[in-house]
Amino acid sequence: MKENKRSIPFTIKLLLAMAAFVGMFGAAMVFGAADISIKEVWSAVAANGADDQSLIIREIRLPREIAAILVGAALAVSGAVMQGMTKNPLADPGLLGLTAGANAALALAVAFFPSANYLGITIACFIGAAVGAMLVFGIGSLKKGGFAPFRIVLAGAAVSALLYAIADGVGIYFKVSKEVSMWTAGGLIGVTWKQLQIISPFIIIGIVAALYLSRQVTVLSLSEEVAVGLGQKTMFIKSMLFIIVILLAGASVALVGNMAFIGLIIPHLVRAVVGTDYRFILPMSVVLGGTLMLLADTLGRTINAPYETPIAAIVAMMGLPFFLIIVRKGGKMLL
Amino acid sequence: MIQSAIVKKQRLTLCILSALVAATIIIGMGMGYSSLSFDRLIPTILGEGTFKEEFVLFSVRLPRIIITLLAGMALSLSGAILQGVTRNDLADPGVIGINSGAGVAITVFFLYFDFSAGEFAFLLPVVGFIGALATACIIYLFTYNKETGLQPTALVLIGIGCAMALSGLMIVLISSADRIKVDFIAKWMAGNIWGTDWPFIMAILPWLVILIPFSLYKANRLNILGLSEPVAIGVGLAIEKERIQLLLAAVSLAASAVSVTGGISFIGLMAPHIAKAIVGPRNQLFMPVAILLGGWLLLFADTLGRHLIQPDGLPAGIMVALIGAPYFVYLLLKK
Repeated sequence: MKENKRSIPFTIKLLLAMAAFVGMFGAAMVFGAADISIKEVWSAVAANGADDQSLIIREIRLPREIAAILVGAALAVSGAVMQGMTKNPLADPGLLGLTAGANAALALAVAFFPSANYLGITIACFIGAAVGAMLVFGIGSLKKGGFAPFRIVLAGAAVSALLYAIADGVGIYFKVSKEVSMWTAGGLIGVTWKQLQIISPFIIIGIVAALYLSRQVTVLSLSEEVAVGLGQKTMFIKSMLFIIVILLAGASVALVGNMAFIGLIIPHLVRAVVGTDYRFILPMSVVLGGTLMLLADTLGRTINAPYETPIAAIVAMMGLPFFLIIVRKGGKMLL
Repeated sequence: MIQSAIVKKQRLTLCILSALVAATIIIGMGMGYSSLSFDRLIPTILGEGTFKEEFVLFSVRLPRIIITLLAGMALSLSGAILQGVTRNDLADPGVIGINSGAGVAITVFFLYFDFSAGEFAFLLPVVGFIGALATACIIYLFTYNKETGLQPTALVLIGIGCAMALSGLMIVLISSADRIKVDFIAKWMAGNIWGTDWPFIMAILPWLVILIPFSLYKANRLNILGLSEPVAIGVGLAIEKERIQLLLAAVSLAASAVSVTGGISFIGLMAPHIAKAIVGPRNQLFMPVAILLGGWLLLFADTLGRHLIQPDGLPAGIMVALIGAPYFVYLLLKK
C-alpha cells in the first residue's frame, strides 16, 4: 500500500493539483451571469482593456475568485491543523464553534460599534473565533482525560447553537440583523479589492506560518509523548497552532461568513492522496482547498443564474457525504 | 412494583407543573403589545369585553398560547422517546436533524405548490411528517450496522451532519425564491411561532391526542428497550418492530410541532432530562412530567421572548437555544 502511494513523487502530485487549480480558476473566470470568453479574460487581465467585459473581470470576478481561493485554502489548512493537533478526524472550524463564535462577535460588533470599519470587524471575528474554540475545547478539557472526538463534536454543536442564537438575538434586539446577515450570508458576493487588501495578509501569514510548522504538526499528530521526547516545546507549538487556526477561521468568516465542512473534506481527501505527513498534507490542502471553493463558487453562480446560490449551502451539501463516510469508516476510532 | 413514595412525588410534581402552566397562561394572556390588562381578563372571558378586547384575547393571544403549549409537549415527548430508543441521553429531534428534514419538506411545499389557505394548516403537518420521516430513515439506514445493531452515538453524529446539510439545502431553495416567501421561511427557521390561529391548533391536536396515549401505553416496552439488546430479546420483545413504531411516533410528534412553530431545538432534550432528574428514569412516570414540563418551557420561553422586545418579540427558538445550549453543555460535562 505505502509503496504504491510513494511511487508517484509528491512534487508531481502537487503539480497535478496545481494544474487542476489553474483549470478551475480559468473556468471560474469564464462562467457566470455575463458571458465572457477566455480571450476576453486574458485581455482583461494582461492588457488594460477598458470595455465592460474587462471591468466585470477586473472589479467583480477577479477579487471574488481570489477571495474564494484564500478562504478555501484558509479553511482547509485550519481544518488540517486542527485535526492534527487534536487527533480528531472530525475537527473543522465550522463544527467546533469557531465560525459560530466569529459570527456572534460580528453581530455584537455591528450592534455596539456601528462605526467600526472593516479591520475592526475582522478583529472582532478573531476574538469571537477564539472564544468559540476556547468554549468548546475548554468544555472538552474540563473533563478528566479529555473527550472522545464525538463528544467534542456534540459540545461544538451545542456551543454553536448557543452562539448562533446570541447572534440572531443581538441582531433582532438591536435591529441590525440585516447588516449582520449581509456579512454572514453574503458569501462571496461583492468582495472588493479593498476588503481583500485588509484580510489577505492575515490569511497569507497564517498559511505560511502553518506550512513552516508543518513538521511540528506531524510530530504532534503522532502523540504528545513522542513530541516531548523529540524535544518539542509542546505548549508553545500548540499555542502557536491555535493562534494560526483562529487567524485563518476568523479571517474567513470576516470575508465570506459561515462555511462548514471545507476544513473537514479537504484534509481527508488530501490524506488519501499523500499519506499522513503534514509536510505534504498542508501544501496540498492549500491548493485543493482553493480549487474546491472555486468550484463551489462557480456552481453557486451558474446553477440559478443570474441569481446566486449561497456558497455555504453548496459546500454544506457537498460535505455531507464525506461526513457520513468519515463517521461510518472511523466509527470505532471515534467512540 | 413502583414504590408509592415515587408515585407520590410524581403526582406532586404534576400538580406543581400544572399550576405553573396555568400561571404562565394567565400571565401570557394579560401581557402584550395590545391593550388588554389583567383586570379586564375575566370580564372579557365572560363575554363582557369590548370587541377589541375579545379580538385580542381570542384571536391573538389564546391561540398562540395553546399552540406553544401543545408544540412544547410534542417536542418533549418526541425527545423522550428518541432518548429511550437510541439509549442516548443527547438525542433531540432538533439536534439530530429531524426538524431540518421537516423544514426542507415544508420549504419545498411552500415554494412550489399551490394551496388554499384552509388546506394549508392541515397539509403542513403531513408534509412536515413526510420530510421528517425521510430524514429519519436516512439517519437510521446509515447508523444501522448488521453486526452491532443500532449505534446510538453514531446516530447522533450522523444526525448532526444531516442537520447541517439540510439547512444548507434549505438555503439553496430559499435563494431561488421570491422575497416574501423567503421572509416567511427565514422566520420559520429561527423558530418564530407563526401558526397562531385556530385551524393550526386543530391541525396539531389530533396528532397529540393519538400519540400521547400511545407513547404512555408503550412506556414499559421503552423501559425494556433502554436496558440492552440481549435483555430486551430475552424478555421476548420484538425489538425491531417496537423500535420502528416508537421512532415513527417520535418523528410524527416532532414533525407536527415543528410544522407550526418552526425550528425549535433543545426542548426535547431539556424537558425529559429535568423530568428524569425529578422522578427517576421509569418511562411511565417521567413521561407525563416531561410532557407538561416541555409545554411549560416553550410557553415560558415564548412569553419571555415576546415581552423582551416589543412589538415583534424574539423568536421562541432563539430563547430556547439560549436556555437550552448551556444545559446541553452541562449534560455533556456531567456524563
